[in-house]
Amino acid sequence: MNLTLKIWRQAGPRHRGELKTYKVSDISPDMSFLEMLDVLNEQLNAAGEEPVAFDSDCREGICGMCGLMISGHAHGPEKTTTCQLHMRSFSDGDVITVEPWRADAFPVIKDLVVDRGSFDRIIQAGGYVSVNTGAAPDAHATPVPKANADRAFVAAECIGCGACVAACPNASAMLFMGAKVTHLSELPQGQPERMARVVSMVEQHDEEGFGGCTNVGACSQACPKGIPQDVISTLNKDLRSALRA
Amino acid sequence: MTTTNDTVNAGIAHGLYTEGEGLADTKAPEGPIAGKWTQRQFDAALVNPANRRKLDVIIVGTGLAGGSAAATLGEAGYNVKVFCFQDTPRRAHSIAAQGGINAAKNYKEDGDSVHRLFYDTVKGGDYRSRETNVYRLAEVSANIIDQCVAQGVPFAREYGGLLDNRSFGGVQVSRTFYARGQTGQQLLIGAYQALERQVAAGTVQQFTRHEMLELVVSDGRARGIVARDLVTGDIETHTADAVVLASGGYGNVFFLSTNAMGSNVTASWRAHRKGAYMANPCYTQIHPTCIPVSGEHQSKLTLMSESLRNDGRIWVPKDRDDCDKDPRQIPEEDRDYYLERIYPSFGNLVPRDIASRQAKNVCDEGRGVGPLVGDFRRGVYLDFTDAISRMGRAAVEAKYGNLFDMYERITGENPYEMPMRIYPAVHYVMGGLWVDYDLQSTIPGLFVTGEANFSDHGANRLGASALMQGLADGYFVLPNTIRDYLAKGPFEPLQPDDPAVADAQRSVEERTERLLAINGERSVDSFHRELGNIMWEYCGMERSEEGLLKAIDLIRGLREEFWRNVRVLGAADTLNQSLEKAGRVADFLELGELMCIDALHRRESCGGHFRAESQTEDGEALRHDDEFLYVAAWEFGGDEGEPGEVGQPVLHKEDLVYEAIELKQRSYK
Repeated sequence: MNLTLKIWRQAGPRHRGELKTYKVSDISPDMSFLEMLDVLNEQLNAAGEEPVAFDSDCREGICGMCGLMISGHAHGPEKTTTCQLHMRSFSDGDVITVEPWRADAFPVIKDLVVDRGSFDRIIQAGGYVSVNTGAAPDAHATPVPKANADRAFVAAECIGCGACVAACPNASAMLFMGAKVTHLSELPQGQPERMARVVSMVEQHDEEGFGGCTNVGACSQACPKGIPQDVISTLNKDLRSALRA
Repeated sequence: MTTTNDTVNAGIAHGLYTEGEGLADTKAPEGPIAGKWTQRQFDAALVNPANRRKLDVIIVGTGLAGGSAAATLGEAGYNVKVFCFQDTPRRAHSIAAQGGINAAKNYKEDGDSVHRLFYDTVKGGDYRSRETNVYRLAEVSANIIDQCVAQGVPFAREYGGLLDNRSFGGVQVSRTFYARGQTGQQLLIGAYQALERQVAAGTVQQFTRHEMLELVVSDGRARGIVARDLVTGDIETHTADAVVLASGGYGNVFFLSTNAMGSNVTASWRAHRKGAYMANPCYTQIHPTCIPVSGEHQSKLTLMSESLRNDGRIWVPKDRDDCDKDPRQIPEEDRDYYLERIYPSFGNLVPRDIASRQAKNVCDEGRGVGPLVGDFRRGVYLDFTDAISRMGRAAVEAKYGNLFDMYERITGENPYEMPMRIYPAVHYVMGGLWVDYDLQSTIPGLFVTGEANFSDHGANRLGASALMQGLADGYFVLPNTIRDYLAKGPFEPLQPDDPAVADAQRSVEERTERLLAINGERSVDSFHRELGNIMWEYCGMERSEEGLLKAIDLIRGLREEFWRNVRVLGAADTLNQSLEKAGRVADFLELGELMCIDALHRRESCGGHFRAESQTEDGEALRHDDEFLYVAAWEFGGDEGEPGEVGQPVLHKEDLVYEAIELKQRSYK
């Protein structure tokens, strides 16, 4: 198939960016979206134009490194990561707009690459269990009811890609943060720090410049791992308890 | 049995390498194997807690091996700097491991023990790993599970709330802990969170989007690294009292592999060029259950957990004329369930190398299935029809749902309706930098952990052992051995004008300028793809003397062309992904040759490596313990002037001694 691409080009963090139009032809429906961009980059390189910078690493939907706004949808039209989106989801002649994540807390580094260091800092604020290596009791010392373990797992599937932020009209990171809070709140190991954790993470979230949650639900819709919106309810409930205490 | 005792090794005959003195591990204590690790921990010098903050440790890589080591050394109070090329430590490729992690917990009371895990790992590695290191790995395995559970890693549990286990790839006990098909992700997030906790505590400084491009060696000790800030392009030198490489494996030398796009050999190769020996570089693991190549555009391959082999049945048509038919129309009697036929006691659960090679064999016979790529169909069926009728679709979905979804997303075919197609792909490398029992390389002060070292998996790695090794090294082994070295420090600080620092920094700057100045005709990817084809063809599952000699010639020609004709656009002082790739491919072009030389010199079939000249009468792999019961550790041959021109490597042999385990020919028949 033949496609027209409108791609955001921006030389650096302080440069002005713009959408540039490129054509690609003979694209196979079995290619992934990123392999289609590889084809474009080979084409640009041959023509002496600098290739488009974009992030990707595992290309199997688990590392969370890739993430593009494709014709206005985070990760494109399917519920998956950009690397797992295949060209069979598009048709011959399509015009596709490709942009980076847009959020104050994710500044553009170059072209389609953004800085998501704010997510690391939210985790640093409390997204862990304080247990030093060697200090752990036997793994069977504390049974965990299967229902709690399963919900913890669903929340822990978050890959930290940032699609939730990109999709949210407020650029809020509540789904990302709610996923971590829920993962640890469901487990006995997460209880001792449960209240301090949620307060500290929310403070960091706000400091980073993420917006507030207004229950739009676009985050959960865009999430390639299907993190449910109710993790935000868990976060709010924990936060309420913590602030009352 | 053929023997080559009386003949000169082809590699020497062709002037490809020379042989030097042997080498040996001197760190494992004497005495019975079960007491060695306890003894070593006691013998290793301690560092007073007050002195730890005066000691700087650099760690390169934030996967299971690097992230866990950084967190643990930070907790202990050392000053740690950790580097990764990704935008956050949580992206490291450990994250993609699906199946599980082994541990000798014996929670199932099915006869497992430290000794049995040790035995299975040595046997699975086809008796080419170092016995002492593997025993220790089995010994600390149980602690890993405890640690991860305490961190909140959501392992699969039974209704009683206790941990579930499964049996995995080639073993007969249930010792594998798992978190659906995302075990690597969950373990890595555990290590990442422990690491971020130390960043917050100020014991660890984290450098993301930084790539190590040179090792700083001063007075014979590893004292730091030169790294490029991938965002600004700044070339920075960081010094320390010790350096740990946890930079993963080099499977991307094959271009197509299941590794992440960024996985590379550069950190290890730069250390190799500075004096660290590279051990058994030709030992590559080819994983049997990957999604086949669909066309020329392919940028990487995707693995599916081999746990699929627990319930799926592997087959191809008996008759090659049936290969393009709808598999559902092929009657039972016309199918060849070849693994069940050849290996009745293990069936579809034979070790990875055997499953892979037999898939290649049936495809070479012209009985492969799926689309034609070139002249061949490269795929075999993995069929869940029987499992669905036995267990019900819901049970299959609960167990493998995410893998089935992944398969359907990539291929557009529904595996509940249509048998999956699979084919082997490069997945892991057992070879890596040589280390002693303390995980220290041949350069004092340079430690190597996880996939980047060579020590634990011999010539073939068992399923669910990579995660175990990464975390064993990072949480429990390295922190206890590196202190013996650090106790000698802090070393004299290195000044920026010290020749060791200035030379390392200058060589990185010159190489960067050189790559940008060539401005030739071909893209970096085109060189990488061509190298990958050579490696897969001649240094893949089956190797021969003729093929390897040819590959060495081809690689040399390609490397010469690379430095004359590669085109890298853009500038040095900005994010430049072509420049990053160019540096990595330049190192792969040197590594590829060494892998072929290593494969050529090892004239035996062992582990995942089938050597055409060394087989039994019925075509099975034939090992030669009389000649090759050693680790091949290669010393860099030296620069020969122009970039990419390297001298003859020097082979150093470490004899493998098995005292706690009896040497046997592997048989899964």
